[in-house]
This record gives sequence, structure tokens and C-alpha cells, in this order.
Amino acid sequence: MPGEKSRTHGGALLVSELRVLFRRRRTWAMLAALASIPVLMAVVVRLSAEPPGPGEGPPFLDQVTNNGMFVAVTALVLTTPLFLPLTVAVVSGDAIAGEASLGTLRYLLVAPAGRVRLLVVKYASAVAFCLAASGTVLLTGWAIGAALFGTGEATLLSGDTIGVGDAVVRSLLVGAHVTICMLGLAAVGLFISTLTDAGVGAMAAVAVLTIVAQVLGQLDQLAWLHPWLFTHHWLAFADLLREPIVWTSFMQNALLQAAYVAFFGALAYGRFSTKDVLS
Amino acid sequence: MSATAPAAEQTEATSTELAIETSGLTKKFGQQVAVNGIDLAVPRGAVFGFLGPNGSGKTTTIRVILGLAAATSGSMRVLGRGVPAGLDDALPRVGALIEGPAFYPFLSGADNLRRLDAADRHANPATRDDRVAAALDRVGLAHAARKKARAYSLGMKQRLGIAAALLTPRELLVLDEPTNGLDPQGTREVRSLIRSVAAEGTTVFVSSHLLAEVEQICTHAAIMSVGSLVAQGSLADLRGSGQTVVRVTTPDGEGAVAQLRHLGLDAASVAPPRGAGRDLDVAAVEAPLSGDDPAPEDIVAALVAAGVRVRGFDVEQPSLEDRFVALTGEGFDVAR
Ligand SMILES: Nc1ncnc2c1ncn2[C@@H]1O[C@H](COP(=O)(O)OP(=O)(O)OP(=O)(O)O)[C@@H](O)[C@H]1O
Ligand SMILES: [Mg+2]
Repeated sequence: MPGEKSRTHGGALLVSELRVLFRRRRTWAMLAALASIPVLMAVVVRLSAEPPGPGEGPPFLDQVTNNGMFVAVTALVLTTPLFLPLTVAVVSGDAIAGEASLGTLRYLLVAPAGRVRLLVVKYASAVAFCLAASGTVLLTGWAIGAALFGTGEATLLSGDTIGVGDAVVRSLLVGAHVTICMLGLAAVGLFISTLTDAGVGAMAAVAVLTIVAQVLGQLDQLAWLHPWLFTHHWLAFADLLREPIVWTSFMQNALLQAAYVAFFGALAYGRFSTKDVLS
Repeated sequence: MSATAPAAEQTEATSTELAIETSGLTKKFGQQVAVNGIDLAVPRGAVFGFLGPNGSGKTTTIRVILGLAAATSGSMRVLGRGVPAGLDDALPRVGALIEGPAFYPFLSGADNLRRLDAADRHANPATRDDRVAAALDRVGLAHAARKKARAYSLGMKQRLGIAAALLTPRELLVLDEPTNGLDPQGTREVRSLIRSVAAEGTTVFVSSHLLAEVEQICTHAAIMSVGSLVAQGSLADLRGSGQTVVRVTTPDGEGAVAQLRHLGLDAASVAPPRGAGRDLDVAAVEAPLSGDDPAPEDIVAALVAAGVRVRGFDVEQPSLEDRFVALTGEGFDVAR
């Protein structure tokens, strides 16, 4: 028996976690709602009598009619402040608290899943969801944009004109930035999820935190705090749409998010590794 | 969690004898002492009944033993490994049902089991589907394997919970109130399931507040009352102090009492046994039997010779129930 038991299958839990995540109707409902944003936007612009002028409406909206690829970018801009973080709040806030409220947490732990392993797997699946969420907006944006507006040339913020291939790369970069933006939030959500046995409560708390951070980011009196807010660089992807690309805010954001992941990951570990599971 | 790291080293010595061993195990919730310094000793191979009224601390004890909650004080070992330090090694060999089953309502019964099996990194994915099917079959759920867990009845969920505990061959099975919500047929099936698991050499630790259910299958038992262990031992030991009783069912109640008294027994009429209710003319007479009294068969012969019409005659071993009630109090109210 010992010889046989020495072979372990540690990755199985992650596979199972992803299966559970993507088999839930809730996950698909959220992805469908995200996909509806670029579709709605593109259809409305297409149906309106005159194209939006420069600087009108959401950023880059005027570019949409020139190059369908910019539908994806504009949709990402629209969903980043609220819609996208809400879905991430649902998934990350539910990570541990949801298992606790179902009662499955105790069975995972006596399986034994291992507390650290479970925490890591839960975070990995939240990251997978962030990727799926921004990927959904991006892909639907591309598809509907190409269908309604074609794939002509587009003008960057620096005035340069780029072709289709370059536009795909630029929108991919924006998608990467938005995904990275959600990673810190997911870590905060994971931590909050270890504090309670009520999944809905944890989700709501994460969502409220997102909004509070953005409100604080608007108050000039708190300028000293702004660089430390996880929402600080959320809309800072204009630099990715210049020629040449300015990487400063992209990299600053990546560093900030990494710091949030490390800090709240450590807090989640500290809390969860000693927590009494009484649900 | 308490400092038991050194204890995890000295493994094999005790592991051969005791499946669960606690010493001075205490768990407090704030001011309330849910488990108060208990010393459990569950021998390997036993079917161990963990009895106690509602709120006496059974589930809390199980949670602490399985590492879900940290003990406030005391130490314990499961399958020879210290808790919590050695749990990663012990838990793959333990199957558990803790305070009712719990599942993902949106997954099928079989997928729920696959999920739990995947959480155990020692479980071989190559044999997963076979083991899941075998476990479902064993609890009589093979036909409902593809049904979503949310569509399971209470009893089906209970069975699925037991199936989850049987996914891999276990050395120890911890079952907290396994017959909760089951119909009488299901209760019988669980009992025979426990017997068959025990016959394979698995130690079974089964908690219940319904003693009659457990009494038939246990070899050992412990009785909890308000967080403390008030009795523990083999079933024979626990019964030991009780009285054997002879019971006569007869239409001639008074004659039977007189004849039994004549034989030197302290006989008295009692309420007729259940099931005899429709037989209105039947009386039940009981008398405690001690070592120097006549043998039961001689008592029957004497009764018949005296013209008492004997319809039924029983020699009742002292029931654990009486002992249970004596130790925990009879009241229906939870003690706190
Ligand atoms: N999470 C908790 N917080 C505070 N007190 C608790 C908690 N869980 C249990 N208790 C208390 O601990 C005591 C023991 O509870 P426990 O669940 O272990 O009883 P039990 O023997 O399993 O009862 P039952 O037969 O009803 O399942 C009870 O008085 C209960 O109120
Ligand atoms: Mg209980």
C-alpha cells in the first residue's frame, strides 16, 4: 500500500475546480451578460444616424466605425469599472465561503484536499475566470465589430494609423491589462471569502469594496492614497494605444496587482490555515 | 492547533491497537465548553457507538478529531498519527460523514463523488469512475447516479454521503448520525452496510442519539453527556451492571405473578408489550432474574404446571437504552 500511495495526483483538484466553475449556470450567465455589452454597443452605434464624433461617449467610440476591432477595446473600457469586477467579486467571494455555506468545505478538507492546496486552487480558478471574462468581452467585441464595421484602418491616440493586425495586438494588450487589473481584486475576494460562511455576504463585500476604492480614487483630498488603490490603474490603458507604446502604467499596475496578490494571499493563508471549519 | 508535532513521529507503536485515541480533549466555543476533557479509546476493528443526546458534543468531537476545528486543549491520534500534524497521512485512510451530507446541488450524484475523490491527492484518477460507480452501487444509488444532487431526497443524500465515505478502501469510517432521514428499510440497509464494512476490517466510529439503532451493530460504545464522557467500553461491559429480566405474556396475569413469587422472583404486572395491544386479555408480567434463581426453562415448566397459559416468554438482557437513559437523563430537552 505505501508504494502505491506515494504516487500523488495533486493537479486533479484544479481540473475538478475548473469543471465545477464552468459547469455552473451562474458562470455562463455572467459570461453571457459580459458578451452582451460589446454586442449592444456595436448595434447601437451601427443603428444611429450619424457616427459618434471624436471625444463623444466612451473612449475610442469614434474609432469603432473605422475599425471593428475597436469595439473590443471600447467594451473593455465600459466593463472595467463595474461590470467585470462584479463578476470577479461573485467568483472570488464565493471561493471558500460558498463551499462553507454548501457544507462541502468540510468534506473537501477531510478528503483531504489540504488547506493551502485548496486555497491555491481556488485562486487559480478565480484567475481562470478573470481570463475567461475579459476574453469573452474581447472575442465578442472582435466578432461583432468585424461583422458590423469591417476591419479597416484605425487611428491611434498619437495620430498614427494602424492596420488590422496591429489593431488585434493592441486590443489583446488592453485585454491583458484588464485581466491583470482583476487579479488583485480576486486576491482581496479570496481573503474576504475566508472570513465568513455566507457566500452572498462575501460577494457583496467584495463588490462594495470595488466601488469604495473607485470613489476614494475620485477624491483629490486623498491623492496620497491613490497610487495604492487597486483600482488606480484600471482605466490607464491609453498608453497602450499610442505609437510607440508607453509601458509605464502597464508595468506599474502589474507590480501593484502583484503586491495585492502577495499581501491578501498571505492574509487568506493566515486566516484559512487556522480557521475552525464549523459549517 | 495544539502542539502535537513530536507526537506525530512515534507512529507505529500505538497505531496497531487504537484507531482513535484522545486524551483530555477539550473544545470551547467562547465560554461554552462543548467537549470537556474526554479520553476516547477506539480499538482497531471495533464498531464503536458514540452516543449522546442532542447537543452533547458528538459532532464537535468528530470535527476536532478530523482536524476541521482546533482543540482548545488535549491531544489526540487518529490511525496512529498525531492530530493535526499527521492528518495529511491519516485522512486518506479515513472516510467520514460529518453532521449530514453536503453536495453541489448543480452536479450529479456521480460528479459530486468525482469531485470529492479529486480532492484526495492519493486517489488514483485512472480508477476513479469505477470506484465512484462501485460506491454508488453499494449504497443503492446506481440508478440515480446521473441525477442532479438537488433532486435527491433526504434519504438519497444521506446515502450519497455514505458513498462518498466509501470511495476508497478505508481503515476508519467516521459516521455522524448516518441514519438521519432514512426510512426503516434504509436504516436496516445502513446497518448491514456498516456490518459489511466492519467485516472487511474497517474500524467504524458511528455517532447517534438513537441508541436502539446502534446497539445492534456495535461492539463498543461511549456515552456523552453535556460534553463529558460518562461511560466507555465494550457493549458487554456497559450492560454489565444492568439486570436480566424474565417477561411472561399470558391471559392469566395474576396467576403468573403468584406463581413467579412462589418461585422466589420479585414479579409484577407491567404494561403489555407493543403489538399485543389488540389482544386485550393479555397481561405482561416481569421479574428481575439473578444468578441463584431457577433457570428460565424451569420457570416456564413451573408456570405451565400451575395452569398458567403462557403465550410468550422472554429472557431480556439489560438494554443499553436503560443504561443510556440512566447516564444522560431522560428528558427530551437538550441539556443546554
Ligand atoms: N459553531 C458553534 N458555535 C458555538 N457553539 C457551538 C457551535 N457548534 C456547536 N456548538 C455547541 O456545542 C455543543 C455541542 O454541539 P454538537 O453539535 O457537538 O452536539 P451533538 O452531540 O453533535 O448534537 P446532535 O445530536 O444534535 O447532533 C452544543 O451545545 C452546541 O450548542
Ligand atoms: Mg451532531
